[in-house]
Amino acid sequence: MVKEKTRVLNLVQAIHEALDLALARDERVLVFGEDVGRLGGVFRVTEGLQEKYGENRVFDTPLAESGILGLAIGLAMGGMRPVAEIQFAGFLYPALDQILSHLGRWRHRSRGRVGLPLVVRAPYGGGVHTPEQHADSPEAILCHTPGVKVVIPSSPERAKGLLLAAIEDPDPVFFLEAIKLYRGARAEVPEGYYTLPLGKARILREGKAATLIGYGGMVEVMLEAAEVAAKEGVEVMVVDLETLVPLDEDTLLSAVKETGRAIVVYEAMRTGGFGAEIAARIAEGAIDYLQAPVVRVAGYDAPYPPFSAIEHLYRPGARRVFAALRRVLRY
Amino acid sequence: MKPKVVRYLDRGEFPLGAEEALALYRAMRRARFFDEKAMTLQRQGRLGVYAPFMGQEAAQVGVALALGEGDWVVPSYRESALLLARGLPIHTLLLYWRAHPAGWRFPEGVRAVNPYIPIATQIPQAVGLALAGRHRGENWVVATSIGDGGTSEGDFHEGLNFAAVFQAPVLFLVQNNGYAISVPKSRQMRVEYIAQRAEGYGMEGVVVDGNDAFAVYLEAKKAVERARKGEGPTLLEALTYRLAPHTTSDDPSRYRSKEEEEAWRRKDPVLRLRKALEEKGLWGEERERALLQELEEEFERELARADSAPEPRPEEIVEHVYADMGPDQRRAWEALRQGLHVEEVW
Repeated sequence: MVKEKTRVLNLVQAIHEALDLALARDERVLVFGEDVGRLGGVFRVTEGLQEKYGENRVFDTPLAESGILGLAIGLAMGGMRPVAEIQFAGFLYPALDQILSHLGRWRHRSRGRVGLPLVVRAPYGGGVHTPEQHADSPEAILCHTPGVKVVIPSSPERAKGLLLAAIEDPDPVFFLEAIKLYRGARAEVPEGYYTLPLGKARILREGKAATLIGYGGMVEVMLEAAEVAAKEGVEVMVVDLETLVPLDEDTLLSAVKETGRAIVVYEAMRTGGFGAEIAARIAEGAIDYLQAPVVRVAGYDAPYPPFSAIEHLYRPGARRVFAALRRVLRY
Repeated sequence: MKPKVVRYLDRGEFPLGAEEALALYRAMRRARFFDEKAMTLQRQGRLGVYAPFMGQEAAQVGVALALGEGDWVVPSYRESALLLARGLPIHTLLLYWRAHPAGWRFPEGVRAVNPYIPIATQIPQAVGLALAGRHRGENWVVATSIGDGGTSEGDFHEGLNFAAVFQAPVLFLVQNNGYAISVPKSRQMRVEYIAQRAEGYGMEGVVVDGNDAFAVYLEAKKAVERARKGEGPTLLEALTYRLAPHTTSDDPSRYRSKEEEEAWRRKDPVLRLRKALEEKGLWGEERERALLQELEEEFERELARADSAPEPRPEEIVEHVYADMGPDQRRAWEALRQGLHVEEVW
């Protein structure tokens, strides 16, 4: 799977490369959204792609998110492979009717006749002092929608292979990209075309004391907390879910059973967040193994604060994960 | 700018050849026949909630017959006449309205997708489907439909604007039947004609007497022609009236008068076309009787076929959620297949 030749890329570069390869490989792939053409996207993810593939395949749309989602659905219905960009995940809300009423329903309501092989990419999450509304993490809303898949990569090399797999997938996939990682995460990324399987969680670090579970921008936070714990002689397991829907419950439960202590980390607001689903699955499938309550480290039950001096307190950091770890170990 | 309403009937004009005119009439009469049968079946408990279209046959059939073989229909929920005229088999349509899964998979050869229940969401999707045809070099045109109330939704605006910007080959049929369930058009907009809005999008706007099959058909043909030549979309407003309730659960006497209904009954699109054909010597009582006999036989055959559809299997609930079943669907599927609740086998 992993190619021999690699180079260091950040998340923006890795996703750009995936889009470039997908456009080159499959005529049906179209990339569109607000400012993705001439400007190359507000984060420059699509930079140069319009020049390379032309205005028919990489294009700007009018500023209307519901229109973008509807357009993507119709294009997929007609046999294309649309990759739509929503400029920020917090701007998905005008498109919720398209998403909730149609996107994941078409295959089901047409009894298999109309499948929608499309990808919706959107940057999400906080940590970089974006303006108000630009730091939302709405993954739970998307996961609560039947018929769609939700993928949130945690590193450049994973993002590239997962995005290519998402574009190949016969069903609609939301691909959320942590803004904090766009230029913050750098990794060795294999050259050329490769895919990574959707629906598989990964164990990034082994340990016996507790299991940290998260995805996307929270993975580096969990790894940092695990590093701090290791210095104090406590080895914890770290699980990167990567795909939220369909969830790899087998890996999740076996990782929790091994330690008996689970901490779920996510940056959306706590109540009704995807971490609640993880906690429920653990309660249903591994309660006999638990030696402490499942603890959530999440955003507060408040809007993501646009106040730059204190916003870092909302988004979970290694210290908060470490505090939760102390709590479950003391229990 | 106020458009003029295109009309041929009741003016002694007969702008079509005999064959085309008769095809329109037959398809409209067939649709009316289906609608009456469906209402009866619903009252007998042999159909689910049904949205009748009586009075709107000309608007729907006129557009359906104006399309080419490779063109697509993206319908709203009152478009059974459009679907029938487009070739959807009667037994499939009956099973659709029975809420039976076998009626929800439209046959491959039928270039129409399932009706939309949310309002106006079909509009931007129709634009996407139209652009897919352009990308594939297949040059298909998409006809999509909406009511007067639906034009108040944001997706109507977004979709029409997208269509104009991308010069998408779409025919937007607005069946203006005066009411969104109970709310009159005057509560939806200040403009007299919905088609006036076309100018604001930079596309063609046309108003037709929607109970005049000639007018709908000919203007729809022009719109399809323009779209196919790459001259962009058209907003076609058909002025019509729903002679029946919104659905079988509705009571229109609560919001409109008998006099108003009576006035529109005199403009019944099926009778108006029949009258024009009779005046031309193309139709008469005998041919009508023969047609009805034919329709009765066809319907009985199709109804029997619908009746023979096997009962839906419980596990069909979780089928077709994804191309490949996910682990959660799989677990539920196994349980349902054994007649169990998923909670029993977890």
